[in-house]
Amino acid sequence: MTTATANAVTAKAGWRTRLADNERLLWPLMLAPAILYIVLLVGFPFLLSLFYSVSDVTVGSRSMNFVGLENFHRVVASNTFWIALKNTLIFTIVSQFFVLVFANILAMALSADFRGKWLVRLLILLPWVAPISLGAIGWLWIYDSIYSVINWTGQALRILGPNDWPIWLGQPNLAMASIIVVQIWRIVPLATVILLAGLTSIPQDIHDAAAVDGAGFWRRTLQITFPLLLPITLVAVLFGIVFTFTDMIVVFLLTRGGPYDQTQVLATWAFFTGIQGGDLAGGAAVSLFLFPVLVAVAIVFLLLARRSEVT
Amino acid sequence: MATVEARHISKHFDEVRAVDGIDLLAREGEFLVLLGPSGCGKTTLMRLIAGLEQPTAGDIVIDGRVVTDLPPRARNVAMVFQSYALYPHLTVAKNISFPLRAVGMQRDAIRKKVEWAARMFGIERFLDRKPRQLSGGERQRVALARAVVREPVVFLLDEPLSNLDAKLRNSARDELKQFQRDLATTTIYVTHDQAEAMGLGDRIAVLNQGKVIQIGTPQEIYGKPMDTFVATFIGSPPMNLVEEGASYFGFRPEAFLPREVGNSDDSVGFPFRVTRVEYLGADRLVYGVLEGRTAEAHVISKMPNNIRAEIVAGERYDFVVRRREIHRFDRNSGRHIDGSGR
Ligand SMILES: Nc1ncnc2c1ncn2[C@@H]1O[C@H](COP(=O)(O)OP(=O)(O)O)[C@@H](O)[C@H]1O
Ligand SMILES: [Mg+2]
Repeated sequence: MTTATANAVTAKAGWRTRLADNERLLWPLMLAPAILYIVLLVGFPFLLSLFYSVSDVTVGSRSMNFVGLENFHRVVASNTFWIALKNTLIFTIVSQFFVLVFANILAMALSADFRGKWLVRLLILLPWVAPISLGAIGWLWIYDSIYSVINWTGQALRILGPNDWPIWLGQPNLAMASIIVVQIWRIVPLATVILLAGLTSIPQDIHDAAAVDGAGFWRRTLQITFPLLLPITLVAVLFGIVFTFTDMIVVFLLTRGGPYDQTQVLATWAFFTGIQGGDLAGGAAVSLFLFPVLVAVAIVFLLLARRSEVT
Repeated sequence: MATVEARHISKHFDEVRAVDGIDLLAREGEFLVLLGPSGCGKTTLMRLIAGLEQPTAGDIVIDGRVVTDLPPRARNVAMVFQSYALYPHLTVAKNISFPLRAVGMQRDAIRKKVEWAARMFGIERFLDRKPRQLSGGERQRVALARAVVREPVVFLLDEPLSNLDAKLRNSARDELKQFQRDLATTTIYVTHDQAEAMGLGDRIAVLNQGKVIQIGTPQEIYGKPMDTFVATFIGSPPMNLVEEGASYFGFRPEAFLPREVGNSDDSVGFPFRVTRVEYLGADRLVYGVLEGRTAEAHVISKMPNNIRAEIVAGERYDFVVRRREIHRFDRNSGRHIDGSGR
């Protein structure tokens, strides 16, 4: 035994290999960037907003006193908060439902072989890679109260009557629908790419076996493709929920929460209260209401990761 | 039960001629083996028969009916894939019943069928498991059960044993042959393993580069190879080929023996210088060179161990082959020249 160890030592490795094989040194080294990132960019702001939410801090003053749950009482008592909460849920659920439908259709279409496939794939990815402010300008024009492309096209095709002239961003229900449409347009590419990756990971043999076993298109899709795609679909949905639930860009750019706060979501309401209204404590309290949902999403993620580890 | 026929069928992938004008007929209830090296188009031919590929030219005829334009599900064939292609999210029972549910069979009838198929392959214990909880051999049985349960007119088996270890492969081969006999369903079986082909096939079709080179019983393929490809592809070790003028002559290693054991009136003698001897348990392989020839002629002799003659590397011996065991092939085309002999 001793001779064997001695022999092993004589076979000297370079310092590089020694470092690469030293797990005790290696794992803290590898984890350090992630931990640093979480502490600085996630942990610190989160603690700060927890801290703010129980204080009376404002943008303009230097004093800061502990006020307990007063901010939360104030937030819950406000009408706009409840509108924002309801809108956030509608915004998230409705947009993610349609994202799922469209992304599935697109992913299936794109997984088939046809000429010019890469071009179509590129075009579909464009909304995801293009800056949202750029896209928003286009959408502002589409929804414009005077120049609305939809209205002019609708009238030219006589779908809209001569006196129908919807103000897309000015009427509460239409404004909400408009915002949801833009969010769908934003998230669909990401979901499509995720589902496409899932589709290509299903071996062709399995589709072929189902075809030989007598299954037609619908049976293959519903009983083979969808169930096999389920775990990755869940990933796409969770991403979509996180991105939509916490998102303020679309609402901010299109309606600024208007008309009369009817399209506020939690993220914009926190921003308007805390930054523009100067009430940092109130804004922090509003934004903390996003937290439970995101925790739930994170837990589902972890469960999912665990399950795929075990199998 | 049915016949399966490929009529001058071709499948080209751009430049690659995966299947290049094949005519083939599997008779009713026959076990037909497609044998050929990797990449010769075996899988493609199977997929053409199953309807998973559209032919570039030619027709597939099942039971006298041209099915070329029918989708796979309208052909009533069953296929076992090399990867088994079990549905990973379904239990074994659901996997086996999938083809039955696809044709809308009654629930009770399905249960009986699944039990019947599971019993046939001894997998009743696994019915509630998922495929990933099974070993390779068990998966292979599930795939077979899924294939038979619908009682298709044709079985297509694409190298179903290639993922099993050697021991399991032998017993699985036995069972496969047995169940095919029992069901008497026309079966087309793909393999690149000549021993498997010889053991299983009623007839063997030898394929190379998308073409059928020879089709016949195992005895015919082994005893009368049509050309040098078949001669050297079948048999282990393969047939010895020796260059001689405008032709090759060939003889099987087991027909090449020391004069004292192999001599008869029609023997042809060869001076044989031994370079190496290998003991393989039941046999001895003797490697060496035929002397007195312009080109170096490396040949192998396979001697069963009951031949006691002492053979030592480095020595010269007098070996013989019986005249009727000698085959002659054209040097350019590789084709067998009939009426050979020296
Ligand atoms: N879908 C495909 N696209 C392009 N080439 C293919 C395709 N399928 C098979 N081939 C080619 O056709 C030839 C025969 O393949 P295959 O039928 O799988 O051979 P085998 O099963 O005998 O090993 C190979 O050269 C292979 O590369
Ligand atoms: Mg193959």
